[in-house]
Amino acid sequence: MSKPLLSVENLSISFGRGDKAKRVVEDLSFSIAPGECVAVVGESGSGKSVTAFSVLGLTAFNGGRIETGAIRFTRRNGEVTDFARADEKTLRDIRGDEITMVFQEPMTALNPVFTVGEQIAEVLRRHRGLDRKAAKARALDLITRVRITDPARRFNQYPHELSGGMRQRIVIAMALACAPRLLIADEPTTALDVTIQSQVLDLMRELSREDGMALLFITHDMGVVAEMADRVVVMRRGNKVEEQAVDRLFAQPQHVYTRKLLDAVPRLGAMAGAAGPVPFGLDPKLAASSRPSGEPLLEVRNLSTWFPIRKGVLQRHAGDVRAVDDVSFTIGRGETLSLVGESGSGKSTTGRSILRLVRPRSGEVLVEGWDVLKLDTEALRVARRDMQIVFQDPYAALDPRLNAFEQIVEPLVIHRIDKGSALRDRAIELVRRVGLEDEHLERYPHEFSGGQRQRLCIARALSLSPKLIIADESVSALDVSIQAQVVNLLIELQQELGLSYLFISHDMGVVERISHRVAVMQHGRIVEIGTRQQVFEDPQEEYTRKLIAAVPVADPTTRMTRKAAAKIIEPA
Amino acid sequence: MTELTVPVTGIAAARKGKPNLLLTLWSRAGLVTRINLTLFVLVLAIAAAASWLAPYDPDAQSLLSRLKPPVGMPGAQASHLLGSDQLGRDLLARTLYGLQLTMAIALIGSLISLAVGTFLGIIAGYVRGWFGGFVMAVVDIQLAIPFTLIALVVIAVFGNSLPVLIVTIGLAGWEVYARVVRAQVLAVSQMPFVEAAIAAGAPHSRVLLKHILPNIVSPIIVVWTMTFSALILAESSLSFLGLGVQPPTATLGSMVGLGRDYLASSPWIALVPAIAIMFVSLQVLLIGDWLRDALDVRLK
Repeated sequence: MSKPLLSVENLSISFGRGDKAKRVVEDLSFSIAPGECVAVVGESGSGKSVTAFSVLGLTAFNGGRIETGAIRFTRRNGEVTDFARADEKTLRDIRGDEITMVFQEPMTALNPVFTVGEQIAEVLRRHRGLDRKAAKARALDLITRVRITDPARRFNQYPHELSGGMRQRIVIAMALACAPRLLIADEPTTALDVTIQSQVLDLMRELSREDGMALLFITHDMGVVAEMADRVVVMRRGNKVEEQAVDRLFAQPQHVYTRKLLDAVPRLGAMAGAAGPVPFGLDPKLAASSRPSGEPLLEVRNLSTWFPIRKGVLQRHAGDVRAVDDVSFTIGRGETLSLVGESGSGKSTTGRSILRLVRPRSGEVLVEGWDVLKLDTEALRVARRDMQIVFQDPYAALDPRLNAFEQIVEPLVIHRIDKGSALRDRAIELVRRVGLEDEHLERYPHEFSGGQRQRLCIARALSLSPKLIIADESVSALDVSIQAQVVNLLIELQQELGLSYLFISHDMGVVERISHRVAVMQHGRIVEIGTRQQVFEDPQEEYTRKLIAAVPVADPTTRMTRKAAAKIIEPA
Repeated sequence: MTELTVPVTGIAAARKGKPNLLLTLWSRAGLVTRINLTLFVLVLAIAAAASWLAPYDPDAQSLLSRLKPPVGMPGAQASHLLGSDQLGRDLLARTLYGLQLTMAIALIGSLISLAVGTFLGIIAGYVRGWFGGFVMAVVDIQLAIPFTLIALVVIAVFGNSLPVLIVTIGLAGWEVYARVVRAQVLAVSQMPFVEAAIAAGAPHSRVLLKHILPNIVSPIIVVWTMTFSALILAESSLSFLGLGVQPPTATLGSMVGLGRDYLASSPWIALVPAIAIMFVSLQVLLIGDWLRDALDVRLK
């Protein structure tokens, strides 16, 4: 290997002072060669983002302190700078010029009051000293390079006028402006849809190859790692547990933790041959899966939900967004129907329409023969006992001012089902059921981790013994290993309590694990619906095939073959 | 600071009406807050007991001992501890009585605007529709009309009495609450936990009282502390225009107004009540800070 571009040696970082000081990164060493892609993988709290920021020399800015170690970066002129000791002026020169960063959320990484072209041009004026005209010409070049068509028009658009994928491309264009030697990408595709994700990943890989630019990729997604990385550093609680070349890591993981992480990764196609949902960690071919009775619980007929678009001072009705357009499906008792699609396809609105959290325009929602849409307020209150919802973001779904006990028993209190000590007993039963402990009842939401919060949300949803649970992206915000645990919990609960799920998700891997049947939504309509096997093994629609092909596969050996296949499907 | 680490099961218990609310809040107060709280209670007690504590009748004039400086300055009279004004009235007695009246006006007035503004703000934010638009239109209109003009009309119609004055002052501040509360309610009612409660079958009253209101307490308290001292001054400007409390009755604000002409020669006439206003306002600000943190379960 040639001389490393970046070498991190025995790095330790801590936050806080005195007694409260906490080591976040402990004795970490790794290096990146020019043109290499190194992925740092770990769950939230593993110190991977802190590491990324330290490589930008931003540790102190974030309130941290480098205790020991060095971060040596070889500059263009051959000089080696140690970020742990360099002065702020040198760091500023390197940042944005030789090392740049791409963040997770493209909307917040761009300034909303400037056009995107202006923002790219500014980087060039600052670091390259170009004049207005030269900067603009170069910015247009860059926009073309990140495969955006019609650059002259895009140059003058504001961030909110672009789609999420387009915005992330602009952020990448900004990062590329000065032809950096190292690009740090902190979960750059986590906020994007799968199809967009695969495009952005392809783009980043191609660009790094063209420029010989090294990539430091921070991610929790093993699928993305398999697609992108040459070498992988696995981190856990601030320590490096393993470092390997990517194919060796996937073939022969050395550390128990790595193996656990890999097991938790949903692998598309792993479920071939099984009829029903199978928990993570069990072999689909051997595990007995639940079989729904076939008797319908929920029947949705021709459901449409439109949102009005209003324009002008007088809020004139200018048209409608057909969020849900003539959607029909049924869910049987004990059955899981997954609703998949990209953001904006109307899957969440469908779930909320069924619960009447938004008012549908027309259609019928029959629960055991009763049309939910025709019930009056009081009857609706009673009907809601049968249907509960678990949201995506467990941080926002719990009232920050109530403790766990109050959250869980709230539905029981509302419906005056239990009182006093019975309430207590039921709450204890519920927390134990979802894998939490009795003493957790006294705690407030901010004292729980993300996974524990989602368990609380599930406990709350279970309190009324509902027949149907609508899981709206319920595991999407969780770390992979936590996600696997929560999915397993949902499957277990279904087997025990005979629950039906409407599982709304964009994650095809998870969907394959948990569903009996799958419905694919696009532009507010269901374009394909069928059993899991039908949809995954023999998709009929172009769109379904595209969705499945776009999922990153946690197997580095298939990288090339799959790319070739995807190219055929999408000629553009 | 050991109190801060004591586990407190706190607000939950307090909300159920258990008697330990005050104890809980007290346990979350630091040293400065405790001193401040003690002083505030003391101020309230002194204001309430003004008629017993005051050495003189606050309105009794004594032209022989006019413009006496406070004790410690040359020419002071021991009988007038804080000095006397241009009519020879004892400043200590007037400050005590003034404190009583001012505290009553500002506290009751600010509570009226808090209640009215919060109520209308919640409705406007939660119900929206035409009523919400109507409330916000009224807010905009009231913000555009000078307060003194409104006060003039109200007092011209209902006559000049203390209750009318308090209500007028209370109505002067409601629009700020309504604005802030409406914005907060709009934000909080979009949160998934509110939807979860609705999906669980919670009626509107429960959603509002149990989920939305507790989550918007902080900004309400902040607005309260900021408008409190403004109310004291609003009262004094009304008194100055002859619309407020009628002379010779003392309020802190009107005393500052009367001292204006003597600012160069006898500054204490304005300074004594001004310092009292500053002291009380500062206390209220500190108390607001503490209340906001103490009521927040996230900052245990």
